Amino acid sequence: MSRVGWLRVPLTVTYVFLYLPIAVLVVMSFNASKTPFTWTGFSTQWYGELASNALIREGFINTMIVAVSATVLATALGTLLAIGIARYFRSAIVEAYSLAPAIIPDLALAIGLLALFSLVGVTLSLFSVLLSHVVFGMAFVAAVVIARLGQTDASLEEASRDLGAGAVTTFFRITLPSLAPAIIAGALLVFTLSLDEFVIAFFTDGPTTPTLPIVIYSMVRFGVTPEINALAALLLLVSFTIVLSAQRITRLTDSV
Amino acid sequence: MTPAQTSERGASGRRALSARTVFAGPGLLYITVFMTLPLLLILTYTFFTRGRFGGVVWDFTLDNYGRAFEPVYLKVFGTSMLIAGITTVLALLLGYPTAYAITRLSPKWRTVALVLVVLPFWTNFLIRTYAWIILLNSEGPLNRALLDLGIIGAPLGLLYTPGAVIVGLLYAYLPLVVLPVYASIERVDRQLLEAARNLGAGRARTFLDVTLPLTLPGVMIGAIFVFVPSMGNFVVPELLGGGKTVMVGNLIRDQFLEARDWPFGSVIALFVVGLLVALFALQAAIARRINGKKVARV
Repeated sequence: MSRVGWLRVPLTVTYVFLYLPIAVLVVMSFNASKTPFTWTGFSTQWYGELASNALIREGFINTMIVAVSATVLATALGTLLAIGIARYFRSAIVEAYSLAPAIIPDLALAIGLLALFSLVGVTLSLFSVLLSHVVFGMAFVAAVVIARLGQTDASLEEASRDLGAGAVTTFFRITLPSLAPAIIAGALLVFTLSLDEFVIAFFTDGPTTPTLPIVIYSMVRFGVTPEINALAALLLLVSFTIVLSAQRITRLTDSV
Repeated sequence: MTPAQTSERGASGRRALSARTVFAGPGLLYITVFMTLPLLLILTYTFFTRGRFGGVVWDFTLDNYGRAFEPVYLKVFGTSMLIAGITTVLALLLGYPTAYAITRLSPKWRTVALVLVVLPFWTNFLIRTYAWIILLNSEGPLNRALLDLGIIGAPLGLLYTPGAVIVGLLYAYLPLVVLPVYASIERVDRQLLEAARNLGAGRARTFLDVTLPLTLPGVMIGAIFVFVPSMGNFVVPELLGGGKTVMVGNLIRDQFLEARDWPFGSVIALFVVGLLVALFALQAAIARRINGKKVARV
């Protein structure tokens, strides 16, 4: 640590800045008070009330439907796309195009999708949210898998083909197993992204099927209740766990 | 032989082509339908007349572009630029030294430090913003602490100010500065630094003349990743600014969901996407020049 010297100051400021609000939120979720801002004593009652809140329960179910389906579709499409780019296209432009949905401002994508759905006559529902989440989810999976493909060389696949295995056999016996960690990590990331995504869902969701972030948004906007603190703390825990697992499975920081 | 190596030749060429289609085809088609087409649709909408309940009537017009220059909207652009600009400068002032410090850690701690920077970014954005409502509230922990310490006599009105918007945006996008800056510092050739030191340059001189210029492309990427999303963010101005600070993002949101003027909303959204593309092009040009110079010098 001695080589860090005075740089310890910005390092400390950054971590305090990043984690203090999260710490305060978690502490406040165990607050007995009815106002979510002032501490009066320890209680776990708000966690109990969460389960009985119909809006939150419904939002949770809607979100799970979208997140699970988006994860399956985005992982399948993104993995194939990554292999296609890294093994066959090898074009920087095609790669940039594939990763663009992750970089395009979410609001622009959101209104574009709303415009598309209304033009084509797709009724806004969980299905339109799903279609929208797959497009950026796929880009994240592709990014992680392409990074992994860059570390593994193609000679095993070539050997398999030279020894007479067909394309399909090679894919399932050689390519897929060597990519498994990256694919799982990518899937975990899509799941958290979809679970937490607000802006695109806000524009492409139907009025009767709000996802959990949309429920949270309206709760925060029109009267904060202490249940939000408990819900927020739980969701932070879920995201942290999933992202840390993804990080353990593959060295995530290498590819970001 | 890899399929790509043989791709110019007859049968195996066709095999590579079909493998390409099988693997990349569905994904590329999906992106085209659900990203490119929507963005082209937005571009098209800017040239047509608003429909009564959203959507467009197909009468060609350039009025939507003219409206963007009305004083009320120019003011929104000005406010957005200022707030996004301040946020970007603060993010670089904090993010650069943090990234620099991380490169000086041992490899094991470096990974831990980077994961800790990225981790909040993967959590629910609304919740991260909401945490600041608790923190900055007049009855919240920050005011409580300052009151108890006797630093202030009465609670400060921290929430629902432009300052709160800046803090919220900084909180949202700081990780996006640290990562590219870290990557660019990591790539700087240590031999160049040694050479500068051996030639008599002090620490400050070495940093300003060697490290900083070489890491400029990473700094620019970080700046773009803060500046553009800050302009397009409507949640933070709404929740932490109390709707008093109107940014470009709020304008787009309102045009689409409340005023139902999709063509005008599209013009503003096009501006944000155009800004992103223009800044990336600028970054690429500068990165090419800097890398070219480095090669020439070594």
